[in-house]
Amino acid sequence: MTVSRPLHLAAEIGGRPQYDAGYYTGLALLAERGTLDFITLDDSFARPGPDAPAVLARVAPDTGRIGLVPAVTTTHTEPFHVSSAVATLDWVSRGRAGWSPAVSETAAEAALFGRRDAAPRADLWHEAGEVADVAARLWDSWDDDAEIRDVATGRFIDRDRLHYTDFTGRTFSVRGPAIVPRPPQGHPVTVVDGTGAAAREAAVRHADVVLVRADDPLTARTFREEIRNRAAAHGRSPDQLRVLVSLPVELHTGADAVGLARLIADWYEQDAADGFHLLPADVERDLPLIVDGTVPVLQHHCLLRRFYPGATLREHLGLARPAGRYAQNPGGRP
Amino acid sequence: MHLAAHFPGVNSTTVWTDPRSRSQIEFSSFEHLARTAERGRFDFFFLAEGLRLREHRGRIHDLDVVGRPESITLLNALAAVTDRLGLAATVNATFNEPYELARRLATLDHLSAGRAAWNVVTSSDAFTGENFRRGGYLDRADRYTRAAEFVATARELWDSWSPDGNPRPFAHRGRHFDIAGEFTVPRSPQGHPVVIQAGDSDEGREFAASSADVIFTRHGTLDAGRAFYADTKRRLAKYGREPSELKIMPGVSYVLGDTAADAEERAAVIREQQVSPQNAILALEQIWGRDLSSYDPDGPLPEIDPDPGSDVAQGRVRVADPAAVAAKWRALSQQKGLSIRQTVIETTARQSFIGTPDAVAAELHEFVRTDAADGFILVPHLTPGGLDDFVGRVVPLLQERGVFRTEYTGPTLRSHLGLAEPVWKG
Repeated sequence: MTVSRPLHLAAEIGGRPQYDAGYYTGLALLAERGTLDFITLDDSFARPGPDAPAVLARVAPDTGRIGLVPAVTTTHTEPFHVSSAVATLDWVSRGRAGWSPAVSETAAEAALFGRRDAAPRADLWHEAGEVADVAARLWDSWDDDAEIRDVATGRFIDRDRLHYTDFTGRTFSVRGPAIVPRPPQGHPVTVVDGTGAAAREAAVRHADVVLVRADDPLTARTFREEIRNRAAAHGRSPDQLRVLVSLPVELHTGADAVGLARLIADWYEQDAADGFHLLPADVERDLPLIVDGTVPVLQHHCLLRRFYPGATLREHLGLARPAGRYAQNPGGRP
Repeated sequence: MHLAAHFPGVNSTTVWTDPRSRSQIEFSSFEHLARTAERGRFDFFFLAEGLRLREHRGRIHDLDVVGRPESITLLNALAAVTDRLGLAATVNATFNEPYELARRLATLDHLSAGRAAWNVVTSSDAFTGENFRRGGYLDRADRYTRAAEFVATARELWDSWSPDGNPRPFAHRGRHFDIAGEFTVPRSPQGHPVVIQAGDSDEGREFAASSADVIFTRHGTLDAGRAFYADTKRRLAKYGREPSELKIMPGVSYVLGDTAADAEERAAVIREQQVSPQNAILALEQIWGRDLSSYDPDGPLPEIDPDPGSDVAQGRVRVADPAAVAAKWRALSQQKGLSIRQTVIETTARQSFIGTPDAVAAELHEFVRTDAADGFILVPHLTPGGLDDFVGRVVPLLQERGVFRTEYTGPTLRSHLGLAEPVWKG
């Protein structure tokens, strides 16, 4: 069989809370051996577990190619800090960072901060969209070539290539520019679970990768078409968007792993999605089976690549590196 | 003796014009400096923080190094390429919240197996606040009460899991924070990350005496160092603490040469690199509060007086009495016949330790031996190779003198610093 567009594969590596770096490094290296596009690590203030962006920053130097996508909640945090942390993850991973904005809905989470009450999901996702928006503006607030080191004039940067964001949202404002220079990917990859209606609006506006949950290929395909159309209605190119189906998996044997490969191939051939985000029931048991069982079958059928042809997460996903929106001369300076 | 390595951030110490100067932002630069510090058996690696780009005369300041990574994220990555080196992040207590920051620091402590430190700083700055939900202005007194309550709250969170690994609910009700719930991270390998306080003010010293493990001070002369040391250590008793429970570490710079004259010559060259003609005028404008761009940096100081109401510089510490500073600079300039640039070099760009490796080792030892410091935070002028010669040439001499470790004796930053693990207050 021949496939014109590549299949994208990602996996969640969270599960039981673990605090030892070696545990996460082991899983990331395993996923990288399977040439997965990226791993995600879920996070929440509401249950035991370490800070996800920190874990994937710790994993970055020990890995070489795999994309690193932590969940980052946007409800009780400072958007400026969020933007800086994700940009820094991109620097330390040399262009392999993403982030998955999430919201904190409960009164219990609000009580951990004591600054604001719990709010309806729609409001929180509206705010999460604004955080994604301002984060991207901050990533663009330095042109790529802002550092000039011009000894003759004594200038380290050209301040005309730095830009104020002057963003005012419903709940916050950010003057800018960023403290962190524009990250290697321009924008780290924004991954949004667009299954819920409130999150989907933020996803079609701001996400590079949209995750959806669906019980059958037809539902997934309908989701994908809707997301692409709505993104286009916001003036975005649907081809610069990837829709992955989040699939819960529970594998016990090699036969299960082969079965998963068949299911992926079947859905994929029905145009259900651009790829799959696998949610293992038990990552320590399931991920080895995915890498050693599912992946080789997909590779054998030429659905999945056997190596990473590129270096950055955007390259794995076939997404262009965005030009800075404020850059006065997007074509580059002499 | 304790030693730490500062990755120089935004300042005019960093000589970015030197051909050996590399990226200030790529991970390889941080990795190089951290690995060098660990090869030298340093106690910790230290990062400053930036939350708003500085401005001068209403425009972004463009002469010094600008742009830096977010500290805690970077230190987590450095934990992967080092084994023993402590990892210290400067994080503002004004523009963060205790629950989130305590969690991020506890995570760093776990992922680095007990090497995390937090340098607590505060800000009163509405200028910086324009980047944050928190926004606004805190007066000086509130900054410190908030910081003290912030640290106390973080410690309550770090103590909220029992040492056998069970979470317990916490509740903190205070003037600045009213929070409750359950912390998500168990007690960390050091008990608590090490707490550092930066600053020399009276409030800062008191805060350090009550709450900090390390105080990061400005360097000074031997006599000033001894006076600071005696005063700060004396304050500990009030809080039921021993003098050894707070380490005093000034930030210092150094220049090495094969002879004393060679070192002095190099130091003079570095000062010229640090104070470019443009930087000399800028330094003057920060005192005078006026546009002095028409002045010749190689000419005499301006005859006009400083503008007392100016807000020419944003995002840096203000000069308290510009008229007095200007008068001092004028007197110095006239007495020695110095130009603007030479005056700025003379007043602002003095390296702390200049000499042969032997002389520098002896002088550092003298500071520690006579109670002017417990150790030093070295601020190299080159990135990332600025500690190579110190680690190669001075550290072995300190080790020969028996004043600095030849191997790490324990795994955690607390063990390097000789600090006990905090008693669990569940």
